[in-house]
Amino acid sequence: MTVLDPHHGIVGRPGPRTDALSQAAGGPLYVDDLAFPGMLHGKLLRSSQAHARIVSIDTSAAEQLPGVQAVLTGADMPVEFGLLPVSQDEQALAIEKVRQVGDPVAAVAADDPDIAQRAIELIDVVYEPLPPITSMEEACEVVDEPIHGEGPKDNRHREVSLEFGDVDEGFDVAYHIREDVFFFQGNNHAALENHGAVALVEDDGRLHVWSSTQVPHYLHRILAKVLELPEGRIRVTASPTGGGFGGKTDVFSHELVTARLALATGRPVKITLTREEVFYTHRGRHPVLMWVRTGFTEDGEITAMWFRSYVDGGAYGSYGAASLLYTGQLQTVTYRIPAYRFQGVRFFTNKPACGAKRGHGTPQPRFALEVHLDKAAEDLGLDPVTIRRRNLVEPFSLTVNHLRITSCGLADCLDAVVSASGFEEKHGRLPAGRGLGLAVGTYLTGAGLPIYFNDMPQSEVMLKVDRGGGVTVFSMAADCGQGSTTMLATIVGEALGIEPSDLAVVTADTDLTPIDLGSYSSRVTFMAGNAALEAAQKLIDLIVVAVADEHDLETDRISLRKGVVLAGDRELPWAEAVRIAEARWGLLVTTGSYTPPKDIRGDYRGAGVGPSPAYSYTACVAEVDCDAETGVVAVRKVWIAHDIGRSINPLLAQGQVEGSVHMALGEVLMEEQAFRGALHDGPSLLDYKIPTVLEMPEVETILVESIDPEGPYGAKEVGQGPLLPVIPAVVNAVYDALGLRIDEIPLRPDKIIFALRDLERHGTNRFGPTDLPPYEFRPPLPVAPPPERQLV
Amino acid sequence: MLRLPPLAHAAPDNIGEVVELLTQDGAMLAAGGTDLVPNLKRRQYPEASLIVSLYRVAGMSGVTVGDDGSVRIGALTTLANLAEDDRVPTAVQEAAGVVATPQIRNRGTVGGNLCVDTRCHWLNIPETWRQAAQPCLKTGGEMCWVAPAKKICWAVTSTDLAPVMIALDATVRLVGPDGEREVPVAALYRNDGMDHLVKGPNEVLIEVVVPPSGHLKTGYRKLRRRGSIDFPILGVAAAVRVEDDRCVDARIVLGAVSSAPVRVTDAEERLVAEPLTLELLTEVGELAGSAVKPMSNIDLTSRYRKRMVPVYVRRLLVELTS
Repeated sequence: MTVLDPHHGIVGRPGPRTDALSQAAGGPLYVDDLAFPGMLHGKLLRSSQAHARIVSIDTSAAEQLPGVQAVLTGADMPVEFGLLPVSQDEQALAIEKVRQVGDPVAAVAADDPDIAQRAIELIDVVYEPLPPITSMEEACEVVDEPIHGEGPKDNRHREVSLEFGDVDEGFDVAYHIREDVFFFQGNNHAALENHGAVALVEDDGRLHVWSSTQVPHYLHRILAKVLELPEGRIRVTASPTGGGFGGKTDVFSHELVTARLALATGRPVKITLTREEVFYTHRGRHPVLMWVRTGFTEDGEITAMWFRSYVDGGAYGSYGAASLLYTGQLQTVTYRIPAYRFQGVRFFTNKPACGAKRGHGTPQPRFALEVHLDKAAEDLGLDPVTIRRRNLVEPFSLTVNHLRITSCGLADCLDAVVSASGFEEKHGRLPAGRGLGLAVGTYLTGAGLPIYFNDMPQSEVMLKVDRGGGVTVFSMAADCGQGSTTMLATIVGEALGIEPSDLAVVTADTDLTPIDLGSYSSRVTFMAGNAALEAAQKLIDLIVVAVADEHDLETDRISLRKGVVLAGDRELPWAEAVRIAEARWGLLVTTGSYTPPKDIRGDYRGAGVGPSPAYSYTACVAEVDCDAETGVVAVRKVWIAHDIGRSINPLLAQGQVEGSVHMALGEVLMEEQAFRGALHDGPSLLDYKIPTVLEMPEVETILVESIDPEGPYGAKEVGQGPLLPVIPAVVNAVYDALGLRIDEIPLRPDKIIFALRDLERHGTNRFGPTDLPPYEFRPPLPVAPPPERQLV
Repeated sequence: MLRLPPLAHAAPDNIGEVVELLTQDGAMLAAGGTDLVPNLKRRQYPEASLIVSLYRVAGMSGVTVGDDGSVRIGALTTLANLAEDDRVPTAVQEAAGVVATPQIRNRGTVGGNLCVDTRCHWLNIPETWRQAAQPCLKTGGEMCWVAPAKKICWAVTSTDLAPVMIALDATVRLVGPDGEREVPVAALYRNDGMDHLVKGPNEVLIEVVVPPSGHLKTGYRKLRRRGSIDFPILGVAAAVRVEDDRCVDARIVLGAVSSAPVRVTDAEERLVAEPLTLELLTEVGELAGSAVKPMSNIDLTSRYRKRMVPVYVRRLLVELTS
């Protein structure tokens, strides 16, 4: 028998996470809850300078302070690191130079946190200030002191310039061409739990590090690299994570330093960051300035698109090389674009490094594209629904930039929200101040390629069965709140006919669990889920053969039903079937692995970013009330339909959708990682405005099931995609409400008020950027589109 | 998280001992502590060494209504209790009910809100940040970064209750080393971000007395980014008496537009000068707006906040007079 179709009623059943009660009752031990006898408290001294050479660091006074057990500087940990192999540009503690306010410069471990605090105040760092680069315009200039490397040169980090098909010809045949400029402000993940790590040396001399991380495997690798220890000497455990959203997918100074301090002192050490440190550690959404030109036929079909991204990366590479490509790659995954030119550049600036945040590099261009499309629709006398319907991609097709689309429920999602919201009846017809906006989006279900080049599986799962019939699932997947542990229990439970609450799931520990690359790129359900399903299938096969032999039956007479194994006419309790199998095979352990298909990417430089074994799709309608006197935008209701492939657990899926809506509303309405000079404008959750529950509107979630042929039980992602269309839907709704085109977010009330004043005085209805940085892209590299666009 | 500096703590059970302890160098008074504690964590009071807490002093909380309709509010009355007390004027309930969050209102007190320190985005920010930026005038530096031309601190009054209490002609009772005195709330504040309270550091605000207000319609409207937690970036309190088609008595007081609450008397005079019309209320709002000059040192821009004054004043007056 096979497990392909769910038949136990476990997959698809709405229910809380397996740890919901414990979470609600304060049960889980987060990293800051950990305490060990003799534990020391570490603290990082961070740079007060945006860009400076370190002349000297005097730690002698700190070392002499009673209660201080260790003091480290960059010289103690000189190995450079970075999450992407192409961006090995970070140091655990700065050596020679600091590149942003908040760069770690020195560290202490002391008997208590107050002594640690006093100790870092006693460290005397002499800086020689260098001219700071705080804008992309400045970053274009050739300077003697670039942020990385030797001058004179400019501060570009990466550039991409690609052309798929003949874009000029596409514009030549266009009936209408439209150009727009947009700006998407950067923002932080603002996870409730600040980052933290605890490290100690175990009795056998091995290092054990706990961290609030989404990527225990990458932390493991980088710890080994920076500490110059074999991976076998290090154990990493991902603690329960109080929110990640991509903010804990990088490897950070404090993790490496905590480990180094534990090795230096032989005692347990803990470092937890303050909220201010989290804002400086950042790795959040990149601020992106975008220019887009699109050609359309008279009917609104896209003939060509040229998209340019200017990405303000901050002080380090982090995920930036990938983020940059993501600002260009997925435009083609919702709309048929026959010819496409993408040019993008990421700059280094002396600000906290940006990285991956929910939607990684794609919410910015999705905002630009969806608002741009609404404007083009108006130019052409079309409505927002029609122009989108005329351009939707086909299921099972290849895009011009060689991305493979399989299942695609976008048309269904669009129909669902248009119908549920009454969009066609209400759009353009609501009273002044009230408006409706529409947008769609797509997201990866797992990055097709691993972060570091290898041919091994991206996710591996092991199942172990004990003699009482208990099953334990082992996976490194780190549950960052999205419910991946429950997902694993549900998928294995469905296959075996065992209630998820009766399964044990051991996760996120490098000593105990097989590889999963981490909780990022919406990969865990698809990849760990498929690996789990394969392991479950192998376990079923072992049991079926053993039971068939035992009862002298053909294997097709054996099947699993909830809690029992049917052998011909007989009904064996699960535990008995397991005993028969163990007697036959020995230890019952099975494994499964998932490797994405190799043929889902093109063959061009940059083709590694964008491919995914499946794409999720989302459509959204937002209804807003805009106060034309105060500029306040209140979102009344959000209708959102998401093609999830198959919903493993509709309640958790709905939670992910609603969480995405909340985060998107924060980004579109108020959140900004803004700076005064090179200092964060307000590094606290009072000053960094994020919506409270009072700003949260009613959300009507519609789950569309396209049953992906490669997903576990047909499932795709739901963690990130639903964020994408919400932002442009709100911006488009504001246009419907006030007649204002706000081409930059967040939609702060002051921007709206001054845009309304301009509308009144000058008749101009647009607020947003006009100028682009003075940067010359290199000519685009021509890439031939795939010859066949439709897959069978 | 940020940690408190090393501090001693005392919680006497009588006001005399509180006053006595407050004469010590570095002593600071705590009621609910909801503003003091985060400020201490940000090291805004480097001289602080002793926290004198009021929580054991009996008889300082609760509302009593006199035969004449006057209302006495004990300084330790929580904002949550005040917001729910229908015996106090509407504006008082409204203002108390929009301070911070439900959790903070459960702990925060009337006295604490009236005395809450002025705020500025160069000040209410962690010490590490301020050191990187160079300290401002109020944190021991030489210059105010908001308006460097003058040696004046522009930190903003951030109490929601004070504009209301001024509009209601309330007074406060202060107890200090020299005994007790009564001060009108209107005279409790000075327009100096460094030193915004007329109350001495060793005086304790023990009670607020609101004169009879049954003949008034009162209200408070607050501008802030979110529906909860945020401090005011504009507060408008009004108390009006309407007879037939005219407003015969009017108080309009603005909060969070300078270092002290501002009573906009030109606007008040205009309001009582003519029969009520929407045009009149609009004009009154504009007069209120032209009387103040917010600075760009709290959330959103000064231009925006100034533009919101007429809107908020007019909207409140329309509600109170209709």
